[in-house]
Amino acid sequence: MPGIELKNIGNYVFSNLNMGVFDGELLVVLGPNGAGKTTLLNIIAGLIDYEGTVLFDGTPIDEIPTNERQIGYLFQNLALFSHLDVASNVGYSLRVNGKEKKEISQKVNELLKLMKIEHLKHKYPKTLSGGEKQRVALARALASSPKVLLLDEPFNSLDVGICRCLRREICQIQRRLGITTVFVTHNLADAREMGDRFVVLKNGKIQQVASKDIFFDNAGDAGNGYRVQDCLNCAIDCNCKRDERL
Amino acid sequence: MKGSKPRIFLTRDSCGSMKVKDVLVGILPIIVFVMIWEGIAQLNIFPTYIFPSFSAVIREFYRLVVGGVLLNSLLSSLFRVLAGFLLGSAAGIVMGIGMGCKEVVNKSLNPIFTLLYPIPALGWAPLLMIWVGINEMLPITLIFLCAFFPVLYNTITGIKGVDEDVIKAARTLGASDRKILTTVILPLAIPNIFTGLRLEAGMAWRVVIAAEMVAIPTGIGALMMRAESLLRVDIIIVCLMVLSVMCLLFERFFQYMEKKVTVGWG
Repeated sequence: MPGIELKNIGNYVFSNLNMGVFDGELLVVLGPNGAGKTTLLNIIAGLIDYEGTVLFDGTPIDEIPTNERQIGYLFQNLALFSHLDVASNVGYSLRVNGKEKKEISQKVNELLKLMKIEHLKHKYPKTLSGGEKQRVALARALASSPKVLLLDEPFNSLDVGICRCLRREICQIQRRLGITTVFVTHNLADAREMGDRFVVLKNGKIQQVASKDIFFDNAGDAGNGYRVQDCLNCAIDCNCKRDERL
Repeated sequence: MKGSKPRIFLTRDSCGSMKVKDVLVGILPIIVFVMIWEGIAQLNIFPTYIFPSFSAVIREFYRLVVGGVLLNSLLSSLFRVLAGFLLGSAAGIVMGIGMGCKEVVNKSLNPIFTLLYPIPALGWAPLLMIWVGINEMLPITLIFLCAFFPVLYNTITGIKGVDEDVIKAARTLGASDRKILTTVILPLAIPNIFTGLRLEAGMAWRVVIAAEMVAIPTGIGALMMRAESLLRVDIIIVCLMVLSVMCLLFERFFQYMEKKVTVGWG
C-alpha cells in the first residue's frame, strides 16, 4: 500500500501545505468546520483543482484522473446509488471496470460477509438504517481493492452505539487490509479509537501533527494554537454527543 | 396464537373491502352521470340530433366499430401520435442530456428554447402548413414540437438534480464520464424524464385531434369534423370518448412504466 505525500499544495483553502501519510497507517485529520478537512480529501482524490503535487508511494499522481487513482472514498452523506440494490452498489466499481460477472458476484459476497450485511443484498438504500447504509458504503469503497481509503466524517449521522461498533469494525478491517487511510472527523472519541497519527487543521493550516500517545498525553498543551479542548468545543458545536462517547 | 389469527383475517377482509369500495367510489359517479344523461335524453326536451341518449351513442359506437370506420380513424391518429411523440421525446431526451451535462451547450441553446417553449404547439400550425405542407407530416411535426420541449426541460431538471456527491462517488469508484452518464446520471434522471413523457402523452392526442380537425382528412379529428358537418352529435361523442380513453391509456402507460422502473428505489 502506498504512502501519500502532499507537497506545496495550494488552492482556495490551502497555501503551501505539506504533509504525509505513512504506508498502511490510519491518519486522523481533526479540525473545526471550514478548516479544510474535506478539501484535503478531495485533493487526494483529485476531485478538485489544486496546485502542488500529490504523490502515492513517491509517484506523482496529479495528472491521473480521479477514476484511475484507485481510491476508496466514504463520503459524509455516503452518496449511495439509490437506484441500485445493495449488491449492485457494492459491485459498482467492479462492473464499471469491466470485471466478469462471476468475479463480481464472488467479491460482492465476500464484502457483504465481511461487513455482515449479507441479508441486505437485494435491498435498496432507502430501506436501510443509517448503520446499514454506512456498511454498504464502506463495502462499496473497498470493493475495487483501493490503494488509499478516504473517510469523510462517516459517523456523523449515527447514534452512539452503532457508531462505536462501526468504528471498531472499520478499524479492524483497515488494519487487516493494511490500507493507507485518511480519516476526517471532529469527534475526539472516533479519533482516539481509530487513529495511528493525528493532524490538526485550522483555517487551512496544519496546527499540530502527533502520534496517538503524544496527542492525547499532551492534551491542551499544543503550543501553536489548536488544543484538544478546541476539538471538544468543535464537537459540541456540531451536536456530537461528546459526553456519551468519551 | 388465538389472538393473532383473527387479526390477520380482519386485515385481509378490510383490504378486500377497501378495494371493492374504491372501485365502487370510482365507478358510481360515472354510472350516475350516464343515468342522468339517459334520463334527460329520454324526456325528449332536446332534439335527438342535438342531444342523443347514451344508448344511442353506444349503438353508434358499435356501428362504427363493426364498420371499421372508427378503427381506421383511430389507427391513423395513433400512427401520427406515436411517430411525433417518439421522435419528439427522443430528441428532447438527447438534447436534454447534452444541455444537462454540458453547461456550454446549456448556455448556448437555453435562450433560444426559452423563447420557443411558451409558443403552444398549435400556434405553429399556420407556419408549418406553409413550410411542411398539408400532409401527414403536419400533425407529426406538431406533436414533435408538443413533446420535445417538456421532455427536454424535464430531462435537464432530472440530470441537474442528481446529487453531486453521487457523481463524485461514481468517479472515485473508477467510472469514466460515459459510464457515469449511463449508469448513474440517466437512471437517476428517469423519474423526471417519465414525468415529462407522461404529461405530454395525453397532450399529443389533443394536438393530433386539433391538427386533423384543421387540416388532415383522416383520423379521429377528421371524423369529428365530418360528423359535425352532418349534425351527428352521437359520432362526435363517440370520438370524444375514444379520445378520452386514449389520453388516459397513454398517461397511465407512462405512469405504470415509471413505477415499474423505479420500483424498490424507496
